[in-house]
Amino acid sequence: MNHQIRALIHEYRSTITDEWLKEVEKFRGENYLQTISDTVYQNTNREFVDMLFRTLDREEEDVKASISEYTDRLIQLGWPLNYITRGLQEFRKATVDTLIKKEEGRALEFYQEIEDWTDEIVNILVSHYSGTWENTFFLQKMALKELSAPLIPVFNNISVMPLIGTIDTERAKQIMENLLTGVIEHRSQVVLIDITGVPVVDTMVAHHIIQASEAVRLVGAKCILVGIRPEIAQTIVNLGIDLGKFPTKSSLKKGIEAALEMTSRQIVEIDE
Amino acid sequence: MQVQTHVDIHSEWGIVAARQAGRKLAREIGFGSVDQARVTTAISELARNIYLYANKGQIYIEEATSSGKRGIRIIATDEGPGIKDIRKVMEDGYTTSGGLGAGLPGVKRLMDEFKIDSELNEGTTISAIKWLR
Repeated sequence: MNHQIRALIHEYRSTITDEWLKEVEKFRGENYLQTISDTVYQNTNREFVDMLFRTLDREEEDVKASISEYTDRLIQLGWPLNYITRGLQEFRKATVDTLIKKEEGRALEFYQEIEDWTDEIVNILVSHYSGTWENTFFLQKMALKELSAPLIPVFNNISVMPLIGTIDTERAKQIMENLLTGVIEHRSQVVLIDITGVPVVDTMVAHHIIQASEAVRLVGAKCILVGIRPEIAQTIVNLGIDLGKFPTKSSLKKGIEAALEMTSRQIVEIDE
Repeated sequence: MQVQTHVDIHSEWGIVAARQAGRKLAREIGFGSVDQARVTTAISELARNIYLYANKGQIYIEEATSSGKRGIRIIATDEGPGIKDIRKVMEDGYTTSGGLGAGLPGVKRLMDEFKIDSELNEGTTISAIKWLR
């Protein structure tokens, strides 16, 4: 930035800060920032404005680091991005207005220089914020994927796959893969697919379950569908989906009893 | 006619959003859990058809009233390839996507009223109503 303008900004620093604080106070009432206590709000504002002035004299790398540090803190505290972008807009306005009041003839020059300065800061802030979002989004997606289709061996030769939540194409693929690899790994003879936690069974979900059980049959095991709620049973019948080839049980408990029977075992109570 | 909820379908997540909106309105209108499941499943089928065949489209969900009856109306509309032979798609087991072929005839059975308009290369609009009993 122009050396002279930089000096001017430093000179009128306190005027700009006061103007800015006034403006920021105005838009605080409009939104979600109301819940934040006055002291925290004022401190953060101070810090924000100090950070902005510090970026005036620093090298680019330094600027980036100090802005990152500041935004990291805001993100952790859950401040909205809106606060920062709005705050920066007001800051630019306050700076330009203050400088123009002092030297009217150089308005355009001030405007351009200051815009270049704040634009750079906006870019860093926004990319930092969205980077954090993307990261969170990615991690959640991974976490969901890990949870999505576990095959749990419960007895020798008997495994359970509890399905919870919506089944989309991605998950259907995983169900199939986990079923087949799991059946072979645990040497299961019977696999129970529990759909208690699946909110909607439409033709696609049914189709995927039918395909999965067919594939399980090909590797030499049997599938039992359990956890069919009454309303799901009715919609399956209405849709006209044929699950006739498929052994089904109302609950996981009944399914396990059936599975034990199929592997020639049963649960008995011990007489003392 | 007052449109109450509108969901854009352009990914699989849109299907989930439409379904949830439908379940919410069905519950508010006073449908029991079985009919809620029917309505949600119908929405799921219609939304999935949009996603599968037209890539994008809209689902409108609203309250329907007629001579003292109350119900829920689902309108699924897209500007996709359209349906060549409507009689055929309403047959059980007819599919062009390798699915079960139970979607549209299933929706007709799940709901009380069912209307389908389709123009080749122009798009498809399906409207279905479930009345409260």
